[in-house]
Parts: sequence; structure tokens; C-alpha cells
Amino acid sequence: MTDSPIARVAEATPPGVARRLRGLSDTAIAWIFVAPTIFLLLAINIFPLIWTIRLSFTNFAANRPGREVEWVGLRNYERILTDEGTWANMQTTAHFLFWTLFFQVVLGFTLAWLINRKFRGNDLATTLIVLPMMLSPAVVGNFWTFLYQPQIGLFNYAVELLTGRPASSFSMLGPGGLAKWSIVIVDTWMWTPFVMLICLAGLRSIPDYIYEAAEIDRASKWRQFWTITVPMVLPFLMLAVLFRGIENFKMFDMVVLLTGGGPGNETLLASIDLKREAFEKWRTGYSSAYAIILFVTVFGLASIYVKALNRVKER
Amino acid sequence: MSAWSVTEPTARSKWIAGILVTLYAVVTLIPLLWIISTGFKSGPDSISYPPKVFFQPSLEGYVNLFTTRTRIGQEAFEALPPPETWVDRIVRRQGMVIAGPSKFGERFLNSVIIGFGSTFLSVFLGTLAAYAFSRFRIPLKDDLLFFILSTRMMPPIAVAIPIFLMYRTLGLSDTYLGMILLYTAVNISLAVWLLKGFIDEIPREYEEAALIDGYTRFQAFRKVVLPQAATGIAATTIFCLIFAWNEYAFAVLLTSGKAQTAPPFIPTIIGVGGQDWPAVAAAATLFLLPVMIFTILLRRHLLRGITFGAVRK
Repeated sequence: MTDSPIARVAEATPPGVARRLRGLSDTAIAWIFVAPTIFLLLAINIFPLIWTIRLSFTNFAANRPGREVEWVGLRNYERILTDEGTWANMQTTAHFLFWTLFFQVVLGFTLAWLINRKFRGNDLATTLIVLPMMLSPAVVGNFWTFLYQPQIGLFNYAVELLTGRPASSFSMLGPGGLAKWSIVIVDTWMWTPFVMLICLAGLRSIPDYIYEAAEIDRASKWRQFWTITVPMVLPFLMLAVLFRGIENFKMFDMVVLLTGGGPGNETLLASIDLKREAFEKWRTGYSSAYAIILFVTVFGLASIYVKALNRVKER
Repeated sequence: MSAWSVTEPTARSKWIAGILVTLYAVVTLIPLLWIISTGFKSGPDSISYPPKVFFQPSLEGYVNLFTTRTRIGQEAFEALPPPETWVDRIVRRQGMVIAGPSKFGERFLNSVIIGFGSTFLSVFLGTLAAYAFSRFRIPLKDDLLFFILSTRMMPPIAVAIPIFLMYRTLGLSDTYLGMILLYTAVNISLAVWLLKGFIDEIPREYEEAALIDGYTRFQAFRKVVLPQAATGIAATTIFCLIFAWNEYAFAVLLTSGKAQTAPPFIPTIIGVGGQDWPAVAAAATLFLLPVMIFTILLRRHLLRGITFGAVRK
């Protein structure tokens, strides 16, 4: 034992140092514990963000490092905000956000409410329903292009079986306006379970005695639902919407592999457009400004939303 | 319970709920089952109309996934000696010969290395930070915690531009270390928040008792707090692992060869005239299966972790 390296180090350490090591004050420990995390976030999140802000005022292009970099002031921002394409992308993003949140809230809440009936096997059903959200959006998005094939795809075939509309008469990913909905369907399939789980946590946090009291007061089930269940689950539901909203505003992987922004620009979400500008057209300065605008938008919307959320919670 | 309860749903409503939820579960699982079954179809079976539910199983997809194949001239092909292994036989049936192994094995291994490396690092650092935030007085604590959370709101592409430039300068592009550090930075905010919630729930009295018994802070942390937080650490580990395993945007922008993970690789698997669907499905199955098994085995921790974060904030 005594000749293990640790023991030798311990013996060789002067008593003064040893005492100091052992007796590190709580403040010192706190900083030692927190510092690596803060350092990592500063190096890989904050420093790049500041760099992005700096780049956004230049005409820098990452694929031409030799070229002289000019300061262009706010011109990048001006060009983005006056570009019609940007607004079209924002509308596409808004369409995606609104409908995915809508379907996920309706389906997620309904499922949670049904699962909360505690029928036999509800645990198993919950686990199976949760599976899609655990999987890689890129791999899944890629595979859905196969399910959406007009002639051979399972999705079109299922539509034909259910509605009688011939499978080859429409194309979910082709021109004709359906592509917008194809990404909504896949996102809803993947992320409804997330909203469901959070709603379920909300439903389970409602104590039984509230319903018992309502029953004594002879409130109808319908009334109990609207005056007890809904208001008490609402903060949870709003939180789920916040998380999904932030994630879907940033949505990239699933959609880029499913539609690549096409056909034309029909499903060109803001972050896919940003990737094109930054890594295909290599307009680094311009796309940095674009990135900042998106970040400020999501941060601003989220802050307003959190205020509203807190007001609901207080009630 | 013999007493009639007003809050217990009636048997009939349970039945209806059970049927509806089961129906949803079945529909939602069809795409996953389709991925798995397509992996075992032959090329023609995978693209037949109407889509085939019953088919002659074949390992063509898996063989194509792990090999690269070429066509050789008719005469050379006929002059070949008979196939030696079952792998050879499957490739010959497609009129081709094996040219060599594919890159899938390497990409899969990269996913394992980067996934586990970054998960270990984020849970390790996250546990330390969460403990400090939970137990000690830290100036500007709430601001720091919010700062940690807000780093998650950034679109990946927004930070990808300078990270791309920074990594190019530092020589970290397309390296394990670069990807591990990056995924750790993304995961650590979640790790700190989740773990702080779990550690907050451990009564302080345990540690105080240990301190009185002559433990140092470090010993108390290691021998008292860590075992108590084991569930939380397990849940956090799974979440970090799933994120790193599934991540695509950074991987496709910052890696191209050596350190490329499986998600950017799988969509590039092509055969004759477009994507080789049985091979893609085989890759997807191998890649998704660990997560599915994980989810089913560890469902309690996972579900608790998801809702835990929500209840807390």
C-alpha cells in the first residue's frame, strides 16, 4: 500500500500544502466546480457569438481568407431586412411553427388526458409512443423521403387505402403545395410525445381532493374539466410550447434531409436559408448578420412568452 | 380500495381510453417497423408497388451497407470462380463483385467515441457545477444559471460560422477532440439544470453529518452526494448521450472524413440510380436500435428526467 503512487505523493506533500488542500474553503470549491463549465461555455458559445456579431458588420467571406475585409456598418442588416426572400422564409418558418405547435398541443394533451385514465398497460403504451422523439431527426427525415415516394411509398399507399385517392396522383415532396405539410406531419409524429409527457406530469400534479370537492359541490364533469383540469395543466402546456417553439424555430436537420428547402423555396425555413448563405454561398458577413437577427428574434419572443407564462403561473 | 372513489375513472372510460391510445401507438410505430423491415428486403422488394408487408427476407441491405461493390465486364464476371461465402453470393446475385469494405463501420465507431466522450465530459462537469450551484453561495447565481440556459437558445448554424473559423485556425476541424468539446458545450446547460434539480432534493443534513464525522467537503461530495444523485446522473447521462448520438447540423458542417459521425453518413448511402433503400434502412436500424432499446429499458429514468426539467422551472 505505502508504495502506491498516491501514497508517495501524499508523503511528499509538505504538511502546509496538505492542510490547505484538505481545508479548501467552500468558496474555493464552489469556484473550482463551476469554473470549467463557465469556461467551456465562454469559449464555445459566447466567444463565437461575439465573433459573429463582429463579422456581421463586415463583408468577410470564409472561403476567401486572403481578401481584404471591409467594414460595411449596418449594410448587411439593411439588406437582409429589406430582402423579400427573408420575409418569405420567415412566413414559411411561421407556418411550420404554428401548425406543428397546434397539432402537437391538441394531440399531446388528448393523449396525456387519455393515458391519465390509468387503463391497464398505460406504461407500455407511453413507452412505445415516446420512441420517435428519441431518434435521430436526420436519419428519420432521410427515411421519410422513402415513405413519401408517390408510387412506392407507404404514406401515399396508406392514403390510397383510406381515401381512395390514387397513390401516384399526388406527391408530398413535389410541387403542388403539399411539401409544407409533409414537414409538419413528420415533426408532429416525432414530437407529440414530448408535449404529451409534460402534460402528463401536469395532470398527475393535480391533487385528487380538488376533484372530490368539486364533486361535493355537484360540478359537472364538463365544468370540472374546464375549471380545474385545463387551468392547472396550462402552465405545463405553455412550457412544452416554449421548448418546442424554440427548437422548431431552430429546426434544421429533419427538414434539410426531408425536403432540402424545396421544391423551389416552399419549405425553406430560416435556418436552412442561413446554412445556404453561410456554407454554400460563403457570404460569411451577411450570414452572420442573418444569424444575429434570428437569435435576437427567438430570444425576444421567448422572453415575452416567459413573462406571459409567469403571469399564468401566478394566477 | 372498497370505497367508491369519485376520482377513479369508470371501467368504460378506461376501455375507450385504452383503445384510442393503443391505436395511436400502433400508427406511430408503423414508420419504425417499416425501417426495420425494409432493411431485410431485397432491392426489388423494397420498391415494389403496392408496398410489400410480407416478403422473402434477405440480408442484401446489410451486405451492401458494409461493402462497396463494382460491376465488371460480362466475360470477367462469368470467368470468376464460384462464390466462396454467403456475402459473396448475395453480391454476385446483384451482378457485382465486392470491391472492399464501406466506411459505415468507421462512422459508427466515430459516433460511439464522440457520443460517449462528450457525454462523460458533460455529466462530469455538469455534476460538479450543479453541486456548487445547489449548495454554495455563488455571487450572481441566478444570472449565471440563466446564462447557462440561454446558450441553448442559439441556432446551431449561428454559432457554427465562427466555430468553423475557430476550429480551422486551431486545427480542431474534423477531430474527435473538437467534436467532443462542441457537444459537451451544447449538452452542459441541460446537464447542469437537470442535475441541480436532483441534487436540490438530497437533504443537506446527510452531508452535514458527514462533515461533522470528519469528512472533507470532497469526501462528503463523493461518498454521500454522488450515490444519492445516482438516479439523476443516470437520467442526465442518457439525455446527453441521445443528443450527441443524434446530432446532425454540427457534424455535417464541421466534419468530413476522419471524425464524421453516422448521421451525416447514412443519407449518403447510394446504390444504382439513387439511394439504396435496403442499405439505408439497415444503417438506420443499426443506428436507431441502441436508442430504442435504451428507451425501453430505462423508461422510468427517462420519463422522469423529461418531466423533471419541466416541473422545476
